[in-house]
Amino acid sequence: MGRYVARRLLQMIPVFIGTTLLIFLMVYALPGDPVRGLFGDKAGSPQVIAALRHEYGLDQPILVQYWNYMKDMILHGDFGTQIASGRPVTEVLGDAFPVTMRLASLAFAIEVVLGIALGVVAGLRAGRLTDNVVLLITLLFISVPVFVLGFIAKLVFAEQLGWMDPNVNDSTDYGQLLMPAIVLATASLAYVTRLTRTSIAENRRADYIRTAIAKGLPKSRVVGVHLMRNSMIPVITYLGTDIGALMGGAVVTEGLFNIQGVGGTIYESLVRREGTTLVGLVTILVLIYLLANLLVDLLYAVLDPRIRYA
Amino acid sequence: MTIIEETAVPSPREGDGGPLLEVRDLHVEFHTREGVVRAVNGVNYNVHAGETLAVLGESGSGKSVTAQAIMGILDMPPAKIPQGEILFRGEDMLKMSGEDRRKIRGRRIAMIFQDALSSLNPVLSVGYQLGEMFRVHQGLSKKDAKAKAIELMDRVKIPAAAARVNDYPHQFSGGMRQRIMIAMALALEPDLIIADEPTTALDVTVQAQVMDLLAELQREYNMGLILITHDLGVVADVADKIAVMYAGRIVERAPIHELYKRPAHPYTRGLLDSIPRLDQKGQELYAIKGLPPNLLHVPTGCAFNPRCPKAQDICRTDVPDLFPVTERDGGELPGRASACHFWKETIHG
Repeated sequence: MGRYVARRLLQMIPVFIGTTLLIFLMVYALPGDPVRGLFGDKAGSPQVIAALRHEYGLDQPILVQYWNYMKDMILHGDFGTQIASGRPVTEVLGDAFPVTMRLASLAFAIEVVLGIALGVVAGLRAGRLTDNVVLLITLLFISVPVFVLGFIAKLVFAEQLGWMDPNVNDSTDYGQLLMPAIVLATASLAYVTRLTRTSIAENRRADYIRTAIAKGLPKSRVVGVHLMRNSMIPVITYLGTDIGALMGGAVVTEGLFNIQGVGGTIYESLVRREGTTLVGLVTILVLIYLLANLLVDLLYAVLDPRIRYA
Repeated sequence: MTIIEETAVPSPREGDGGPLLEVRDLHVEFHTREGVVRAVNGVNYNVHAGETLAVLGESGSGKSVTAQAIMGILDMPPAKIPQGEILFRGEDMLKMSGEDRRKIRGRRIAMIFQDALSSLNPVLSVGYQLGEMFRVHQGLSKKDAKAKAIELMDRVKIPAAAARVNDYPHQFSGGMRQRIMIAMALALEPDLIIADEPTTALDVTVQAQVMDLLAELQREYNMGLILITHDLGVVADVADKIAVMYAGRIVERAPIHELYKRPAHPYTRGLLDSIPRLDQKGQELYAIKGLPPNLLHVPTGCAFNPRCPKAQDICRTDVPDLFPVTERDGGELPGRASACHFWKETIHG
């Protein structure tokens, strides 16, 4: 077990290097320059631009830039400086991440509770009306893109019904975050529902469920203990990978509802060609994604004793 | 003959005259897209306390479906019981509420399934699964239930029970797993155990051990036992009486040794003839020709007629009743019956 975790952590190193390098190179390949961007429409004096470029190390070859950047990040926890504002990237991250975390965790909670509940209900009635209705609705949720759904939600609930503000003004208020979180969660919620439904419908016919019924266990126990325990295994895999996807998916949702989280910052950095800020943000996202996956794999062993890690 | 009589009619539990379980004219159908499958067509049998009834039949004969109907674990729908009674200690279980039936399941009537690996929950320890019986039915604490589980594992002779109570089903051998299934069925000392092919998935040597254990525990607790099997070899030593099923009906009923000696139905004869015997080494093994009928299209008349070497015209038109079987001179043969128009010719040659 310990060895397995160690190996998995070691495997993260190449993934970590690969993703960060890739992003670094992609930002470099984009036309435009963060220093020129500072001057807006005016053409800054070449000396000043050159001095600034030198200060930020942008005059060096890309691989050297990458090397320096990674060295500072790993040795000093220094993610560089946001050129536009002059603030350290860590500070920018410190502002943005809690916001996205709140939004994503709210979406995650909605997706877990509602998705699993709907999936269990549909799975237990597989082939009947309830099941078909659930399947149809989830298909609809999967097919409609987030930005369309977001616009519809805003239009109906904010503009016409007036139940909410069209934009989030206070990102610490979970009440205001609820609608964006629902929008963010819908697609994943639909997948969780379908996955749970299939898993439940399949395991419901299993021999050990028949045994559990033959033991005279009450239905709540047959479903709650015997059926759920076995059916949640694939769902948990999906949920693990989805933590990362939710944070990434927040880019669109945050833009729609004007939330100042990671999504907004990523968008801004992209527009301004801020490689350092972008890599810092994405690095954290990648790390979260990798750790969530490791956690899921370890959770497997808890859920299914037949799985042993070596 | 007298010996057979003794084993065939064991004394029922004291102070209780009637049979423990009586199935009366039971019908079970499955409604599928292709049509109605009549899996069980008017089955009658009974079991007394301390008695072992073997139910013999090929796959699709309705033997397992009957058992599941008794347990109340049929999936309804698609299954439906349009007709019949299942009397447990004189009370019709088909008329009981779901909750009342649940309380009988596991506590008064327990079931042992064929494949212990798939029948045990793979993600829960055997101790948990055994202890669950006591926790749910008797309200025991987790700790007490685990102690009881260890006791049970000892009863079914699982070595080092205390050390293995937290192990999972996949960590046990096939024979040990089936012992755990038996332990689970025995947990609350039920009146009746239904064993659905309990040894089919096991090696021959392990089969005998498991059968012996089951027979021993049955004697000890004076339980009724319904042993469902397709293997005539398994039942010979443990069963008191036997019911042979074909296409959802009982085709022959007899005390066990009588059946081996003098079958009164061509199907039973065919089954007996297809058991490999050492004194026939080198000869071709007899096989009943043809295949079991598709239950969507059961042949008219006697369902066995297309495969029967003795079939006459009447067999293709009339469904035979379950006739009482007698000696050539009309002397009674208690407990014997055959659903063959030509049972006389079959039994008396």
